[in-house]
Amino acid sequence: MSERKQILKIRDLSVSFHTANGLVRAVRGLNMDVYKGETVAIVGESGSGKSVTVKEVMGIHTPNEVIEGGSIAFTYDSGSGEKTVDLLTISPHFMQNQLKGKHIAMVFQDPMTSLDPTMTIGKQLMEGMMLHLHLSRKEAAGRAVELLQMVGISDPEKRLKNYPHQLSGGMRQRVVIAIALSCDPDLLICDEPTTALDVTIQARILQLIMDLQKKFNISVIFITHNLGVVAKVADYVNVMYAGKIIETGRTEDVFFDPRHPYTWGLLSSMPDLSGNKEDRLYTIQGNPPNLLNEIKGDAFAPRNPYALEIDFEEEPPMFKINSHHQAATWLLDPRSPKVEMPDQLRRRIEIMKREDASNGGN
Amino acid sequence: MKKYVLKRAAISVITVFVILFLLFMLLNLMPGSPFNNQEKLSPEQIQQMKEFYGLDKPVLQRFFIYLWNMLHGDFGVSYNIQVNMPISDMVFSRLGVTLAIGLQAGILGTLIGLMLGIVAALHRRTVWDSLTTVISVLGVSLPSFVFALLLSYFLGFKYRLFPLLYNSAMPLVSTVLPTIALSMFTIASVARYTRTEMISVMASDYMMLAESKGLPRTKLIVSHVLRNTMISVITVLVPLLVNLMTGSLVVEKAFSVPGLGSLYITAIQSNDYNVVLAISFIYSVMFIAAMLLVDILYGIIDPRIRLAKE
Repeated sequence: MSERKQILKIRDLSVSFHTANGLVRAVRGLNMDVYKGETVAIVGESGSGKSVTVKEVMGIHTPNEVIEGGSIAFTYDSGSGEKTVDLLTISPHFMQNQLKGKHIAMVFQDPMTSLDPTMTIGKQLMEGMMLHLHLSRKEAAGRAVELLQMVGISDPEKRLKNYPHQLSGGMRQRVVIAIALSCDPDLLICDEPTTALDVTIQARILQLIMDLQKKFNISVIFITHNLGVVAKVADYVNVMYAGKIIETGRTEDVFFDPRHPYTWGLLSSMPDLSGNKEDRLYTIQGNPPNLLNEIKGDAFAPRNPYALEIDFEEEPPMFKINSHHQAATWLLDPRSPKVEMPDQLRRRIEIMKREDASNGGN
Repeated sequence: MKKYVLKRAAISVITVFVILFLLFMLLNLMPGSPFNNQEKLSPEQIQQMKEFYGLDKPVLQRFFIYLWNMLHGDFGVSYNIQVNMPISDMVFSRLGVTLAIGLQAGILGTLIGLMLGIVAALHRRTVWDSLTTVISVLGVSLPSFVFALLLSYFLGFKYRLFPLLYNSAMPLVSTVLPTIALSMFTIASVARYTRTEMISVMASDYMMLAESKGLPRTKLIVSHVLRNTMISVITVLVPLLVNLMTGSLVVEKAFSVPGLGSLYITAIQSNDYNVVLAISFIYSVMFIAAMLLVDILYGIIDPRIRLAKE
């Protein structure tokens, strides 16, 4: 990690949606950085704006969406030197023909529905390569075989002629990953790639993504609501709540030294095998705020047992804890009373740290 | 795939014979006999005629005699519409024009319907979309004879672009109006269905993935959207073909087309068994052939069916 090269820089991204009930402010001033060869996780509950954020990066727009502001600077190697573009201002045509598939690729949530049922696996794999890498049909087929082998599909020559319905869910997700990687992207977006798979397959798919990321030195944005997955794959973690990132840092920062009460809640509500079996599993009380309404102060304040008066009045800024760890909570203000994380969580973190050390920091 | 087609074909043949048998029995149950209307006949004479045509035999035996003859290309003779005229001459001379109008309407309806549906789906919430919606609502809700009357009034009577009635001297020009009238329902249904189906395909997960590969829009539509849309559209084509047949009865009447439809009605009213049987047989064969064709097409287009049991 000597010299980190930034490839994605999101600043003040705000996205809203027109709905029958009014304007829903799904993403409210989001900042995020992604560096070359690193994995950045976005964690948060459903509706926190994770998917909306990456869809903006991927240029997937819906008719009722309004981009209220911000910028997404994406740096890539255009073949004739490095280029930086703002993904929010480039034309959809440029996005579709120059960036998608070639420089930014995506792995979707549900492998059962994300492959075209009427086209062979091979054709779906080769399409992109023939277009972006200017390969002939034969060359593309050869590379398709290599890709399938790489993602761990046996008998790849035969599989090329298969249709999606002939493969299992795990296999299909491997194909989707192969498609995403087929044109050597700079940035890979994984939108809950293991949520729809059963647990035994989940671990293998995660391992596969991690291996391939190291092999090709790709940057990965990993969306999930599963903290276990985050701990396994991510270098950096962004915790998202109500359209904002409320805590960001290295994975060990967020897991071993969480500062935002929401992150405390998330970590406490993670089931584990080591805890006291008599204890009830912790849940965060209440519901996320309705984003149709104007949010005053800290969006998490109504559910926050440690909320201060100011939390209901004024939105907390990002407080720097160290060069790579920040959190948006008034508890970090020097003037606020000293509040520590709950004891139960502290004990849990101790256990996690010990496990981590015994695994050789892996 | 071969097995699939053979199986479908076998089922189709069996279906035709089941239909024929049921029809034979039902005709037998109809009140009266082919000779009822001829009041001047004495009971002895009627008995004599029944014996002459073999109608005195038990119904099952008659059925097998009919089947045997039919398989040898003999559909019997007419009892009272054109006495003793072979059915083949009577029916098959009228088949051509009915078939021509039906096919023209089917092809025209499907093509225009598809085009309208595709344009509407691609230009959603524009004038084209609204226009297609209006056409589909009108086409589905107005019966074909209304179109027949409108067309003959405006294009036939007022502007004299096409003949009002069928004229065998110029078969192509004089089938234009019947074809349009008959195709309206097909146009409307196909357009509506294509539009809906295409919109849902375009919003599907696999289209999002295909888009994320960075393929140009035209390629996306040609290689991913259309094929998936066609699968569903083909399923609605069968019921539409039925509509072409029933619709032809009305449209033939409106334009005085000497087709099967009018003959069919007369034959049923006068108990002319062989004529009814022959026409029903033709309709069933056409319908089942259409279904078979759709099944095969379906198999070609949808790999899930093509590869189902290999």
